[in-house]
Amino acid sequence: MRAYLPAYELQRPASLDEALRLLASAPGEWRPFAGGTDLMVLLEAGKLEHRKFFSIWHLDELRGIEETIEHITLGALTTYTELQSNETMRREFPMLCVAASETGAIAIQNRGTLGGNIANASPAADSPPALIVYGAELELVSARGARWIAYEGFHTAYKQMRMEPDELISRIRLPRASAGDNWKQYYRKVGTRKAQAISKICFAGAARLGDGQIEEARISMGSVAPTVVSCTKTASILRGRRVNKETIGAAQGEMKKEIVPIDDLRSTADYRLQVSLNLLEDFLLSLER
Amino acid sequence: MPEATEKERSGKVVVRCTVNGRDAELSGFPMARLLDVLREELKLTGTKEGCGEGECGACSVFINGKIVNSCLVPLMQVEGARVVTIEGIASDEQLNAIQEAFIETGGAQCGICTPGMVMAAVNLLDRNSEPTESDIRAGLAGNLCRCTGYMKIFEAVVRACQHSGVKR
Amino acid sequence: MQTRFIGKPMPRKEGREKVTGRARYIDDITMPGMLFGATVRSPVPRGRIKEIRFDPQIPWDEFTIVTAQDVPGSNYVALIVNDQPYLADRLVNHAEEPVLLLAHTDKYLLEEARRAVRLEIEPLPPVFTLDESDEKKEIIWGEDNVFKSFLVEKGNVDDVWAGADFIVEGEYRTGAQEQLYIETNGVIAVANPEEGVTVWGSMQCPYYVHKALIKLFNLPEDKIRVVQTETGGGFGGKEEYPSMIAGHAALLAWKSGKPVKIIYDRAEDMAATTKRHPSRTRHRTAVTRDGRLLGMEIDFVVDGGAYATLSAVVLSRGTIHAAGPYNCPNVRIRSRAVATNVPPHGAFRGFGAPQSIFALERHMNKVARAVGLSPEEFRRRNFIREGETTATSQVIREAVDMQRLVERAFELSDYRDKQERFARENESARVKRGVGFASFMHGAGFTGSGEKYLQSIVGAEATPEGRVRILAANTEIGQGTNTIFAQIAAEALGLDFEQIEVAQPDTANVPNSGPTVASRTTMIVGKLVESAALSLRQTLQNSKLLADSYSPEDFSRACRDYLAKYGQLKSFSQYKQPAEIDWDDEKYRGDAYGAFAWAVYVAEVSVDTLTFEARVEDFVAVQEVGRVINPTMAAGQIEGGVAQGIGYTLFENVVWRGGRMINNQMTNYIIPTTADIPPIRVHFEEMPYEHGPGGAKGIGELPMDGAAPAILNAIENATGLELNQIPLMPEQLMEAFRGEHA
Ligand SMILES: Cc1cc2nc3c(=O)[nH]c(=O)nc-3n(C[C@@H](O)[C@@H](O)[C@H](O)COP(=O)(O)OP(=O)(O)OC[C@H]3O[C@@H](n4cnc5c(N)ncnc54)[C@H](O)[C@@H]3O)c2cc1C
Ligand code: FES
Ligand code: FES
Repeated sequence: MRAYLPAYELQRPASLDEALRLLASAPGEWRPFAGGTDLMVLLEAGKLEHRKFFSIWHLDELRGIEETIEHITLGALTTYTELQSNETMRREFPMLCVAASETGAIAIQNRGTLGGNIANASPAADSPPALIVYGAELELVSARGARWIAYEGFHTAYKQMRMEPDELISRIRLPRASAGDNWKQYYRKVGTRKAQAISKICFAGAARLGDGQIEEARISMGSVAPTVVSCTKTASILRGRRVNKETIGAAQGEMKKEIVPIDDLRSTADYRLQVSLNLLEDFLLSLER
Repeated sequence: MPEATEKERSGKVVVRCTVNGRDAELSGFPMARLLDVLREELKLTGTKEGCGEGECGACSVFINGKIVNSCLVPLMQVEGARVVTIEGIASDEQLNAIQEAFIETGGAQCGICTPGMVMAAVNLLDRNSEPTESDIRAGLAGNLCRCTGYMKIFEAVVRACQHSGVKR
Repeated sequence: MQTRFIGKPMPRKEGREKVTGRARYIDDITMPGMLFGATVRSPVPRGRIKEIRFDPQIPWDEFTIVTAQDVPGSNYVALIVNDQPYLADRLVNHAEEPVLLLAHTDKYLLEEARRAVRLEIEPLPPVFTLDESDEKKEIIWGEDNVFKSFLVEKGNVDDVWAGADFIVEGEYRTGAQEQLYIETNGVIAVANPEEGVTVWGSMQCPYYVHKALIKLFNLPEDKIRVVQTETGGGFGGKEEYPSMIAGHAALLAWKSGKPVKIIYDRAEDMAATTKRHPSRTRHRTAVTRDGRLLGMEIDFVVDGGAYATLSAVVLSRGTIHAAGPYNCPNVRIRSRAVATNVPPHGAFRGFGAPQSIFALERHMNKVARAVGLSPEEFRRRNFIREGETTATSQVIREAVDMQRLVERAFELSDYRDKQERFARENESARVKRGVGFASFMHGAGFTGSGEKYLQSIVGAEATPEGRVRILAANTEIGQGTNTIFAQIAAEALGLDFEQIEVAQPDTANVPNSGPTVASRTTMIVGKLVESAALSLRQTLQNSKLLADSYSPEDFSRACRDYLAKYGQLKSFSQYKQPAEIDWDDEKYRGDAYGAFAWAVYVAEVSVDTLTFEARVEDFVAVQEVGRVINPTMAAGQIEGGVAQGIGYTLFENVVWRGGRMINNQMTNYIIPTTADIPPIRVHFEEMPYEHGPGGAKGIGELPMDGAAPAILNAIENATGLELNQIPLMPEQLMEAFRGEHA
């Protein structure tokens, strides 16, 4: 343990209201602490710069999965384990369930939360690409009230988010129309080893076909830019096309402009680009299969 | 730093929970790792540290019946929780079927991953009494072993299923 | 031969303690008044220390601080060449080199303090790779950057090139590999002028540490005591390094007058301690049209890092194994270990052999292709047989039959069918599959005259309970020493397994039976266990307390009676080299090893052409290792070694920047998980070896040798790509695919 522990605070507010008051009391001074699977790793390495936290783990207001005709709504504290064990999620949002099942191993899945994965804002996080493809929305709450925003566009730059210092993520909502039977879904995480791997590339894609043509497509990728990217141009070029060599080439051409992979200690820019293009091709070919 | 030194003696908290079925009052810094508190305060040294970052699973314990990495759980968050460690797996001298099977099949070599591995295997069988090979692989994927190549560990899980099937 | 324990899957002696969490490793132990110790390390790879500055924010008067000036004896780690300081004095030669030590009761404050020491170092030009070192543009060690070199000559290789039908050349490279034992390095030391120095810790070789501390403190032998605690894996990584950390803790204890514990965290252990030597091997081979080896010229270089440590020994083993289990009349092997400004590389299971065998077994496939033969047919024509000689001109006196091992391995792996089927299916498949194999040998025990110089001693003593306790310095590090020694002794004496105890290795209590390395524990030390046990029985029988035929109870009673009468009963046995072993250290010629283990490993792989990820889908390991003493443990050794080999080949990539490992976390240096290891099917062909206990040879290192070449040979079979470097990460595989299509 490289951190100087006495320097850290971890409060335990009795309710969400109390937590929000704490946040509002000195915006930016206090931060939420959920399952700790990101924060504790930083602490261990002596790299956790922020010092004052409050735990939200015990706040039932932020837990639970609700279903309405239009939406599935997940509490921000929904763990990867809870997510995968929900029947509707497995049926309608399989990509998110696969992402959850490939995040760390069971012990991580029991503690890691969806809200934390989003707010940690790592470009290598595995649930964001699926969330973007599903058109997820976030509910942000503060002592001032609550608001819903689209998840796409939430991450503005490396580790930057459209969230005020007195806000936290309370819920994540998935429109059920965005998934369902007439959408073909494709998710693939590439991480060298089969389990417990950090992504080198993460690809999520979905498309609706009609008459052998792509009516609509959505694509999002992780680990290929400073934030998770929504490949909107690539997706839009696919509209109205059949899957063939030309389409694949055109889409790959667009994708090259939309992603900016880099070299780091896990992989190379070259590899990330090549494999992204390969996965795009495979996604398109899978629509035919 | 100096600001922190002043805090040093005052910043600790007391947290109430149960450990291996017994009531416990644990004191420490709120961000102290459950791993360290178990080992240092309660002298429950069966829970091991292999990485401190959630990768190796040597520090696996159960909190409210779920397996977690105790290196990633701050003390403050175990308030009111039920914690079970490797020391709570064998009842007196009667080993758990998994432990017996680890001995029989050679699932433990150097033994440093073994407590965590046993916890993961017990947890797997709690969730799924007849795991397939791929269930076993997935269930133990958070526990790294550098000695065995895992074959004997898989064998141990299979054997324990057979045994506990008889015992149940 | 009917046996009661030899060849039986006896359960691990300390198994119950391990599965219940009761086994006590070093970090589980505390002492009253104990301080924690930390090491301040060099941030630069090479330079001159100008100044050490202490940030005034820290209450330094509460700390014990040790620098090179505090060393009571000699400031070097006594091993082969005494070039490595315990604490750098004026010069630093690698990043992470220890410069200063701190101790305090508060481990959190200690970390804060470690960060508050600033080392001002004037940089000197560093050398980071073996190629740069070999080119000698910058001399960083001795006169020529060379720690050690060897030359092995057999026949006259210069004469063969003119008459060869084919000459095949190749270059092969292997990377560093972290041992990644799950228990990091750690020790506790108590040291003061009255009692001397005592160290408890995680280690493979208590007597190495003992020898090093004698010099460091300039104290007599009996003032130094080293005790091995339960050890959570070593694989060579706790062979020489514990001498360093033990010395550090002892220096802090000496100065503070308090017990001091040092436990490395994972990041420090990975960044600062030894790894497997990276290597480069060049082959030039002459063959006839019908595929017979005429001559082999091999140039083998390993990167030793900044100090000599065990590089000479690693190089030696790699050199001797470089020409493998083939009969070739003319061989020249030149090898050297060179210095670079990275943390010293050190012992790791296989000790240089995995490196040179990787090169050889890839090269043999290349030669086969040049001649137009299948890899198996080419090898069949060249396998060494009884009466033929190895590269060191050692006459093989065992009835070795490599071809039988090949056949067995092919049968178990369905090699031929798979090869055909995959060739058919690969045409149209996105995921290409392939099979490949490697055939190799591994010498057991120390090289050449090593065992003769070691003069290992093992004791057996009677306990007051009427049991026999084995006294040896060989450590249980997971490989089963305790259990195997008990099996050997119980068998020899006709006692029950439970009647044998194995003493905790403690230099105050056990004789020096040599280090726990080189696959020597079972074969060499086990034999001494057997003879020490037998000589204890002889004493009992001579004293008339035990009849010629006896029951286990009679034996216990005789022990107790003997102790009542004479006070104690101990007998010792010392190593005697078999008469026929003949080794010339000057010429590097002769009987390199008393015995070899022989093996053929088959890997099946899949290569995903979307992601360029290669996976091992199935693995068969066939070996002849003499008599197997404990089949469960032997299979466990092979499976574990193969898994490490798979990691070495496809996952474990040490990323260097400026001479430092920058992926020194388990998250970023990845080893195989349960999901990555294929079924490993282990098969033993048993042929008792006359000089081993119960006929056993060594097996510990063997399994490390075969996986890498078998896997790359399989990838070649799957893709047609000739890849000659490990680790083979998907990024490199992608480049190779591109090269192919360019
Ligand atoms: C061994 C290991 C393997 C992993 N593998 C993967 C993987 O494969 N893929 C992957 O994507 N991730 C992986 N992770 C990271 C993943 O576990 C986390 O990103 C997790 O989802 C974060 O949730 P948490 O509750 O643990 O967050 P915490 O660590 O508690 O918090 C993370 C950040 O989010 C903030 N935060 C938390 N909750 C909220 C909220 N409701 N509102 C606002 N801010 C909030 C915190 O302030 C903090 O900045 C791994 C982690 C480990 C240790
Ligand atoms: S020590 Fe907790 S997972 Fe490794
Ligand atoms: S038994 Fe040694 S790490 Fe698993």
